[in-house]
Amino acid sequence: MKDNIVTVQHLSFTYKDTKHPAVNDVSFNIPKGSWTTLVGHNGSGKSTIARLLDGILLPDENSETLIQIDGITLNEKTMWDIRDKVGIVFQNPDNQFVGATVEDDVAFGLENRQVPRLKMQTIVHDVINQVGMLKFQKSEPQYLSGGQKQRVAIAGILAIGPKLIILDESTSMLDPAGKDKILALIKKVQKENGLTIFSITHDINEASQADQILVLNQGTLLASGSPIEIFKDESLIKSAGLELPLFYKVKNKLIKRGISVPQEIDNEKKLVNYLCQLNLKM
Amino acid sequence: MSIKFKNVDYVYAPGTPFQTQGLSNISFEIKDGSFVAIAGHTGSGKSTLMQHFDGLLLPSKGSITIANQTITVDTPNKVLKEIRKKVGLVFQFPENQLFEETVLKDVMFGSLNFGFSEEKAKEQAIRWIEKVGLPEETMSKSPFELSGGQMRRVAIAGVMAYEPDILCLDEPAAGLDPEGQKQIFDIFKNYQKLGHTVILISHNMDDISKYADDMLVLEQGHMIKHASPKEVFSDADWVKKHYLDEPAPSKLARSLQKVGFHFSSMPLTVESLVEEISKELRAKGGN
Ligand SMILES: Nc1ncnc2c1ncn2[C@@H]1O[C@H](COP(=O)(O)OP(=O)(O)OP(=O)(O)O)[C@@H](O)[C@H]1O
Ligand SMILES: Nc1ncnc2c1ncn2[C@@H]1O[C@H](COP(=O)(O)OP(=O)(O)OP(=O)(O)O)[C@@H](O)[C@H]1O
Ligand SMILES: [Mg+2]
Ligand SMILES: [Mg+2]
Repeated sequence: MKDNIVTVQHLSFTYKDTKHPAVNDVSFNIPKGSWTTLVGHNGSGKSTIARLLDGILLPDENSETLIQIDGITLNEKTMWDIRDKVGIVFQNPDNQFVGATVEDDVAFGLENRQVPRLKMQTIVHDVINQVGMLKFQKSEPQYLSGGQKQRVAIAGILAIGPKLIILDESTSMLDPAGKDKILALIKKVQKENGLTIFSITHDINEASQADQILVLNQGTLLASGSPIEIFKDESLIKSAGLELPLFYKVKNKLIKRGISVPQEIDNEKKLVNYLCQLNLKM
Repeated sequence: MSIKFKNVDYVYAPGTPFQTQGLSNISFEIKDGSFVAIAGHTGSGKSTLMQHFDGLLLPSKGSITIANQTITVDTPNKVLKEIRKKVGLVFQFPENQLFEETVLKDVMFGSLNFGFSEEKAKEQAIRWIEKVGLPEETMSKSPFELSGGQMRRVAIAGVMAYEPDILCLDEPAAGLDPEGQKQIFDIFKNYQKLGHTVILISHNMDDISKYADDMLVLEQGHMIKHASPKEVFSDADWVKKHYLDEPAPSKLARSLQKVGFHFSSMPLTVESLVEEISKELRAKGGN
């Protein structure tokens, strides 16, 4: 499809010396410019899929398997072209760092892409500033706090601005205000540059703001759809070990108490407005 | 007995250009048997503080009384080992805690190190591996060939297995799926009910208000608040100013308040929020 940046068909992967495939015959698309979220149990295969999309892992042998990114089919020959288009922020930021200082680290991807020195310095300074780490630009990444490491890891990817950014639980250790800020920053960069975000997360509030949610369970794709489609399916939520965002819980509990709330209410603001109307009418 | 910090300072890399004040003049006392949450913005000193509970870091200044011992800058290793038997710490990044060839060996390590018999250590390990929700077949795997959330569970099991009196948890829910988070917090809460002390670092205000009965808030190495979560969250402006957040139910309640709802007290849980909303709607005579 022309307007999908990622097309995956019949993708499987089995780790060496293991009996069951970690990813089992998975097919999905990611629309260009979307924020797509991948959720599912611990060990369901999310990070494995991220590594497969970037060519760090190669799929199990199968003639039907296809990974296509921005129109290019992933194989050994195209791997480097693909890596140019895809940037991953790994689950553990320690696995990400290569530079001796924060600014070297953020510059690394740009150096690889032969960005001219002056331009590089400007970009590096800007992104470090945007993630709020200017004070630490000369620090060694491994001696930062957990949340500071995550900020630097994100800065490294934003500096490059690849067409597809994969975030593997990249904001799991940020304080609430910091998380909102960083997510807003990523959204802004996404909009400005037409990037696509593929975010792996256990944060159900983040997932509820996505354009598309993919639900993985024991290596297979259980469901995909808009947040409202996913969250209305209670048995799916249960079997995938997910949780409902707060406003869904409140909405469902009110309905159980006999207070009518329309199904199509799909965010907190709408719920507040609706309850306000209801309250006034009474 | 209680845990007491007295004028504790910690300085990273003293005398180098990278010298950083990790903690500044921290003093507090917490009761044994309580569930204490530590919160604060990124880099505020939470992990630094936590590593003082088991003597992984020694205070540059001041002293700590914990588990019938005193920790200062010159506490000898022998005493520290005694302390570590009673104070277990789950690190922020589980990878930094794992090193054995197999998950089973890794979870047994702490118990063996603190004098459990081989047999008892194995029994405890198997019990805790199951309790934290790890599939049985992971037992013989290398802890490095696991998913992020599975590694987290191994690290938690490894500390729970030797049943320390004081359990210190640095963002233990990060990387766990929602179901796993609930499961693991029930384990911690039960552990407290059995008479142990639980110290938790968390950015999740819902979890803090749900499980903790005492709370410390840090900012730039200083302790800026020591109070019950209820008290801390009752001041929304203060909470916001210090990069925290209200629990989600309180936030929703506040939005409703702005459009005319009345709450006798700010609900901290979903149940109390729903109760308050339906009370208000019913009071108006509807439905
Ligand atoms: N290097 C490896 N060798 C063998 N098995 C592995 C390896 N890495 C992961 N696995 C296994 O593959 C499965 C999928 O792991 P993956 O890391 O993709 O899960 P995940 O969905 O990202 O989970 P989490 O939410 O815990 O991060 C798990 O059962 C895990 O134990
Ligand atoms: N080994 C180290 N050497 C030098 N500075 C350090 C070291 N470890 C932490 N720091 C600094 O000390 C400060 C406190 O770090 P700490 O890890 O305690 O923060 P934290 O509150 O746990 O943050 P987070 O929520 O991000 O994990 C930070 O500014 C950090 O950069
Ligand atoms: Mg993962
Ligand atoms: Mg920390």
